[in-house]
Amino acid sequence: MAGLHKSEFENQVVNWIDTRMPIFTMMQKEYGSFPTPKNFNYFWNFGALAMISLAIMIATGIFLAMNYTAHTSLAFDSVERIMRDVNYGWLLRYIHANGASMFFIVVYIHIFRALYYGSYKAPRELLFMLGVVILLLMMATAFMGYVLPWGQMSYWGATVITNLFSAIPFVGEGIVTWLWGGFSVDNPTLNRFYSLHYLMPFMITGVVFLHIVALHITGSNNPLGIDVKTPQDTLPFHPYYTAKDSIGICVYLLVFAGLVFFAPNFLNHPDNYIPANPLVTPAHIVPEWYFLPYYAILRSVPDKLGGVILMFSSIAVLFVLPWLDTSPVRSSRFRPIYKQLILLLVVSFLVLGYVGGQPPEGIYVVLGRVATAYWFLHFLVLLPILGKLEKPLPLPESIARPVVRRPPPGGGGGPLPQGATAKPMEKS
Amino acid sequence: MRSASALVLGLLASLAIVPCAFAQGHEAVRAPKQPWSFNGPFGTFDRASMQRGFQVYKEVCSNCHSMKEMYYRNLTSIGLSEEQVKAIAASATVPGGTDDSGQPVERPALPSDHFRSPFANDKAARSANGGALPPDQSLIIKARENGSDYVHALLNGYRDPPPGVKIGEGQYYNEYFPGNQLAMAPPLQDGAVTYADGTPATVEQMSRDVVQFLTWTSNPELETRKRMGVKVVLFLALMTGLTYAVKKKIWKDVH
Repeated sequence: MAGLHKSEFENQVVNWIDTRMPIFTMMQKEYGSFPTPKNFNYFWNFGALAMISLAIMIATGIFLAMNYTAHTSLAFDSVERIMRDVNYGWLLRYIHANGASMFFIVVYIHIFRALYYGSYKAPRELLFMLGVVILLLMMATAFMGYVLPWGQMSYWGATVITNLFSAIPFVGEGIVTWLWGGFSVDNPTLNRFYSLHYLMPFMITGVVFLHIVALHITGSNNPLGIDVKTPQDTLPFHPYYTAKDSIGICVYLLVFAGLVFFAPNFLNHPDNYIPANPLVTPAHIVPEWYFLPYYAILRSVPDKLGGVILMFSSIAVLFVLPWLDTSPVRSSRFRPIYKQLILLLVVSFLVLGYVGGQPPEGIYVVLGRVATAYWFLHFLVLLPILGKLEKPLPLPESIARPVVRRPPPGGGGGPLPQGATAKPMEKS
Repeated sequence: MRSASALVLGLLASLAIVPCAFAQGHEAVRAPKQPWSFNGPFGTFDRASMQRGFQVYKEVCSNCHSMKEMYYRNLTSIGLSEEQVKAIAASATVPGGTDDSGQPVERPALPSDHFRSPFANDKAARSANGGALPPDQSLIIKARENGSDYVHALLNGYRDPPPGVKIGEGQYYNEYFPGNQLAMAPPLQDGAVTYADGTPATVEQMSRDVVQFLTWTSNPELETRKRMGVKVVLFLALMTGLTYAVKKKIWKDVH
């Protein structure tokens, strides 16, 4: 129903706008007083860090785009011009290149947090699935961005990855030609990748918005994995979590600065400083580090189509994770067996990352296969049966009273001193 | 506290997989680490060494290798004066467009010109070098793993082939080159250049100097970058401390 909003803001200009379009009220509700579980640990910083990463990537990317030329004969030199002649161009480019790595580090830890504390379980299934969509969009964006400098790894990485689609029966070859815009990776490919590389971050922004909408409907999970029951369980987002997130942002920027200023090419492959040459294949074609685990899965299957299917399934399986995990308990803290398995999953992810960067021979093939097998075993077999077999530890009664124990004799207030909870309750 | 250390561990773990991931398996010997002046967070270039290195590049390397990303004007950064740069540029002849009748002409280079390439194109370069293309040197340090150490080792790495190893026609054995067979003849001999500052021009000295120069051409921003980095890190460290204090104050009544 139409009608003016009754704004409570005292500033007259803000009030005038807010009455007609209550965005200030919305921000106050969603980021000011938004009730947030009081027991977050620092793993809960990573959502905010991912948002910061996206903003940094878009901001630097826009300025890089002003100086970049998307043509096979000019792209490499235009990037070098950015590095040498554009004012602070080296800074922009190193922030953008390392920003991609920082974005993936942050998002991988963010996903680990979701898996470890069961943030994907009801009612947050859709929230989690939107997150997986963001991951896929990020991967596509990062892949196309890596092609733009038109170095050797850009060219050969693009050739290998787009060729994966040729494994699709009957239409595969046609799809690859369609993706390339020709019969090999060439100027039309570079042009469309540039266009899409500029488009997709804004698609990510859109899905991030949906991700946050879903989050603010369900509310955040927390390290105990139990539902918020009373106002004593929560704190207003501001100033408590704006302050806590700020610490995370500072540490994140420290790590980021360490990379950008002191090891800007540490995560890059040296071959990408050689201009693309369709006639010379690099000794080892390796993707960027954040793709190595999937690359290892791809190569652990002797059949091309099988490898491609398995690689895509390794992420697609996350879409059905909320229904594969049959345990009603969210947090690993109360799931003694799951806690071990999830760490094993992390190990298998790291092993896959290591194997992905090695030549596909000898022990690496074996390691890659074992880790791949565990990845799917974990999601498809262990999680469904574990929910029925595992005996969870007793859950605490509430977030405000995290310890499962009886009140001390004579004391009426439970384990926490009254004063400790009184103040936040007033605020929320 | 526990979760914070877990976070740091997670970050480290994700970073730690990377160096191993890129270690390549070839039979070449790994180049020994050198104590370069530009290493480390406070590293700077050695101007005298860079200028000697430029002399080696100009008199030896540039006979075969191009350096297309560089301009003569960039040379003021290694400590040469504008006049010196003008003179160096003028000593090279570069294509100068066409004259009024449409014929291509040549002219002395200006500071605003790219370094002169020794060959008109890649085919000419190949044909003059037994079929092998001398790679452009603008980015040679960044385009090789541990580039500074590698190029230094390569220049000192020519050996007689071990018994039983066959070397192809026009190829040379080098310990550090992947595959060990290299089409580039040993480019440096003792006394190949005469340094104006009287430094003895041994192969080791020349290779050290030319790597200083080449590291700069690959990373012309290195000194600015590291200086800025130190300030940024100091600022962020302070900011982290301050933010931590603010957070503690805000949260003091919660737990």
